[in-house]
Amino acid sequence: MTRKYYDKLIFELSKPGRIGHNIPKDEFPSISLPKSFLRQTPANLPEVTELDVVRHYTNVSLKNFGVETGFYPLGSCTMKYNPKINDELATLPGFSNIHPLQPNHVSQGFLQIYFELATYLSKITGMDAYSLNTYAGAQGELAGLMIIKKYHRDRNDFKRNKIIIPDSAHGTNPASATVAGFEVLEVKSNLDGTINVAALKDALDDTVAGLMLTNPNTVGMFEKDILEVADLIHDCGGLLYYDGANLNALLGIARPGDMGFDITHLNLHKTFSTPHGGGGPGSGPVGVKDFLKDYIPGPVVYKSTENYIFETPKDTIGALSQFYGNASVYIRAYVYIRTLGEENIGKIGPLATLNANYIKESLKHVFKLPIKAHAMHEFVFDGLSDQSTGIKTLDVAKRLLDYGIHAPTIYFPLTFSQSLMIEPTEGESLETLDYFIETMQTIAQDALTKPEFIKSAPHHTVVRRLDEAKAARNPIVKFKDL
Amino acid sequence: MNKNDLLYLDTHEWVFIEGNKAKVGISSYAAMHLGDIVFFDLPEVGQSFKKGDVFAAVESVKSASDLYLPLTGKVVSVNAALSDEPQLVNEDPFDNFIIEIELSHPEEAKSLLSVDDYEATL
Amino acid sequence: MHKYLPHTKNDIAHMLKVIGIENIDDLTAYLPKSLKYSKAYGIPNQLSDVELSKVLLNLSNKNKSLTIFRGFGAYDVYTPSIVKSLTSRQEFLSSYTPYQPEVSQGTLQYIFEFQSMICEITGMDITNASMYDGPTATAEAMFMALAETKNKKVLISDTLNPRTIEIIQTYGQYRDVEFVRIPEVNGVTNLDNLGELLDNAAAVIIQNPNKYGHIENLDGLSEHIHAKNALFILNQNPQSLALLKTPAELGVDIATGDLQPFGLPLSFGGAYAGYLATTKKLIRKMPGRICGVTTDVDGKRAFVLTLQAREQHIRRAKANSNICSNQSLMALSVAIYLSSLGKQGFIDVAHLSLNAAHYLKQSLLQLDLFEDTFKRVHFNEFTLKFHGDAKKLDSYLIDHGFLGPMHLGQGLLTFAVTEKRSKLEIDNFVKVVGMFK
Repeated sequence: MTRKYYDKLIFELSKPGRIGHNIPKDEFPSISLPKSFLRQTPANLPEVTELDVVRHYTNVSLKNFGVETGFYPLGSCTMKYNPKINDELATLPGFSNIHPLQPNHVSQGFLQIYFELATYLSKITGMDAYSLNTYAGAQGELAGLMIIKKYHRDRNDFKRNKIIIPDSAHGTNPASATVAGFEVLEVKSNLDGTINVAALKDALDDTVAGLMLTNPNTVGMFEKDILEVADLIHDCGGLLYYDGANLNALLGIARPGDMGFDITHLNLHKTFSTPHGGGGPGSGPVGVKDFLKDYIPGPVVYKSTENYIFETPKDTIGALSQFYGNASVYIRAYVYIRTLGEENIGKIGPLATLNANYIKESLKHVFKLPIKAHAMHEFVFDGLSDQSTGIKTLDVAKRLLDYGIHAPTIYFPLTFSQSLMIEPTEGESLETLDYFIETMQTIAQDALTKPEFIKSAPHHTVVRRLDEAKAARNPIVKFKDL
Repeated sequence: MNKNDLLYLDTHEWVFIEGNKAKVGISSYAAMHLGDIVFFDLPEVGQSFKKGDVFAAVESVKSASDLYLPLTGKVVSVNAALSDEPQLVNEDPFDNFIIEIELSHPEEAKSLLSVDDYEATL
Repeated sequence: MHKYLPHTKNDIAHMLKVIGIENIDDLTAYLPKSLKYSKAYGIPNQLSDVELSKVLLNLSNKNKSLTIFRGFGAYDVYTPSIVKSLTSRQEFLSSYTPYQPEVSQGTLQYIFEFQSMICEITGMDITNASMYDGPTATAEAMFMALAETKNKKVLISDTLNPRTIEIIQTYGQYRDVEFVRIPEVNGVTNLDNLGELLDNAAAVIIQNPNKYGHIENLDGLSEHIHAKNALFILNQNPQSLALLKTPAELGVDIATGDLQPFGLPLSFGGAYAGYLATTKKLIRKMPGRICGVTTDVDGKRAFVLTLQAREQHIRRAKANSNICSNQSLMALSVAIYLSSLGKQGFIDVAHLSLNAAHYLKQSLLQLDLFEDTFKRVHFNEFTLKFHGDAKKLDSYLIDHGFLGPMHLGQGLLTFAVTEKRSKLEIDNFVKVVGMFK
């Protein structure tokens, strides 16, 4: 049975007079505000019943693909399963109903989770202190860069205005550096995406505040020269920042703190299974070595004899969140870590790496593999091996959608012109990987025998290729504009 | 405009000099690599720029690029058609100029690339 | 084995064979010996689901459940049941950024509906898919103003929530911003001497209702601000917009605020979401994801992220903002909440809160403990002067099962009331307060 395409907007279901709420009766004396304060016309929100709302959003959801729909190998996003027990326990009434400004002594359960989670993250990453208050990876980066800035200024070093970033880095890295008031110095990577040590040496001087690195990097390669790089940046007086987007590869293998990183951020919605939510809410905790522990954004939880308390670190860079960050998100990460425990956390890196390399080896004959060495948890193809019929990475990605598989990350990193970045994660079975491999082989074959069909994919999704230029030239961004 | 009559920067801007004025645009290479152009962020008439300054920005669906001025001058007109139809530059990048300037140092033209020298850089 | 890890011994053996190696460690043989981490992490051993449930329930029970009369950025509002059930749908919960719009029409459509509702509520031309929270949205609005006007001075009213001011100043601390405070007078912003302060200003930032809960009189302010080529940024509790003049009617350039009052659970301060809405003129300076309408190759109406050339993944170092992931699922939550409340329910809930707050205030004033020193018009939050020991009152109230007002210093107590507070609860609260010594 083919379902009819659901194309209604909630506003189009509206009928004047209908309600979808059951709010309490107003038993209070009625107050009128002075007329001059009042709005002239009411907001035109929909007027629908509860069934309308539920049916509508249920049908809207069916136009979406989630991790539970099928394989979602989006490189650098770590699309692993979001456990239901995390959702259930993080939203217990004793967490959900508590006001953030409730005093510490009657909120010890939450404070204990904050403290313990920060401790677990420190141990897993080899750092000494974490603030959980940053809302997303990009905000964690901003905090980390501000810590770098403040560190130098506190030592009366005001000339360090540059941050070095490899050209293979995620866009948030240079953007965060700009927001933190730095100049960005981009340094060329090697062909395998790793940082070019010679180029780095050339760039280092006493105006460099720090270096931002992802390890493994955005093409899934471990930065083999990391110890030398750490020494170089430290010797020139700078600090080393770790972008934790790819931490999943390192669980059970290595720790950023041991590599010489001074500051890290993590993405709990990647490595630690909290839901991606269609684009958030995530959580981007910022971690530091001991000498920077007083700089992190507060307030954070400390343990005082037998009690937990929130306090602002004494040299803090300031406040980056109204309260303590996305609490409902990081409580989920806490549950996840305790579900896996010491025995299993360390299996994640090796299994994620095994899965990625299995796919790589199985498809390297039909896709161009620019970097032959063993990858970590993700790797990059540079388009099809045989592009004689003009089939590009975009077309391959769109055709995958027809098979109930979400496309990998495409056209990032910018290092390769036809990038296809594949990250299976550790939770996917051999059967799923084999299905993906067979599908990719079929697509590669079809690219040669029926290129027009591939070029016009997807064919079986609710909508097909979109006119993005039209949307950008003439933006229609609200119902009123239609 | 014929591309052979133009002078170029290696950042893909072209310039067509007429007396003490010049029209500025982007080459077909640039237009092709940008893809469907959706917006031009243009300067105001009367603004002055030095050779090499960023005078405008061009946005496509998937990218944004700064445009560099080949010669020092003052903006005397902008191509108004581009606000409604930025894709004109995709259709004919050599016929659709972006801005017109009044030159203050016309001798700077000596350092620009001829069409052959520019195409050799591609 | 573990329920999240599927690899059997045979699976692994097969995969190693295909790759052409002997064991998994061969994949990371290049790792410097000093970096190979083979010790224990020192985290607790795994717990079964049964044990986990007990542990978390125990922790949750250590957080005392109180009847809440405090707001100050987080309000004890009711979350309709359908919000949790609909946002738990895996298609919404476990999907990510809509990079492949053909399989993300769900996310894109709810973002479009959310954008539409925020524009209706604020009257503004355009908004994005959400920001992290109200205060950070206000900080990002400041960046927009700095970029647009090229000025460096930012005026902030003293009547903003102090935490919001702290966040704005943290965001701007390394961007050469000159922060100037606009003083308050009798519980509202003193707009008298604004003229001189506005010279070379990039923006004026006001909060309405302000930290005391007072409604600010902002008529005519935008004209003064625009005369000096600065921008008007207004941080507003969106629930109050059911009744109050919209930012658009006030000539505001960038409207920001926190969406928590739209049914987002208190949950120790997160996850909430911020909104940032602006005029057509500033569209390209606006951070965040924007969803637009287009058609597909078959002519079907479809939704797609648009104007992406503003964002970090394209602009990189030249971006105005670094925001990537936002609070998308909370935006969905808000869209569901507003759909279920509907046009009239949105107004009714606001009236209910307004009336309940005034009832509490009148009841408290009948006790001999408080003074209404400001006598200002307010929404669902108000401030009274208390002549006793505010700290002691706070502990006393907690012992009796209440989270009392926020203490702003100098005996000023700010109370908040929502539609969850029944007349009975308010009467009980007042009775308990009345017995305080």
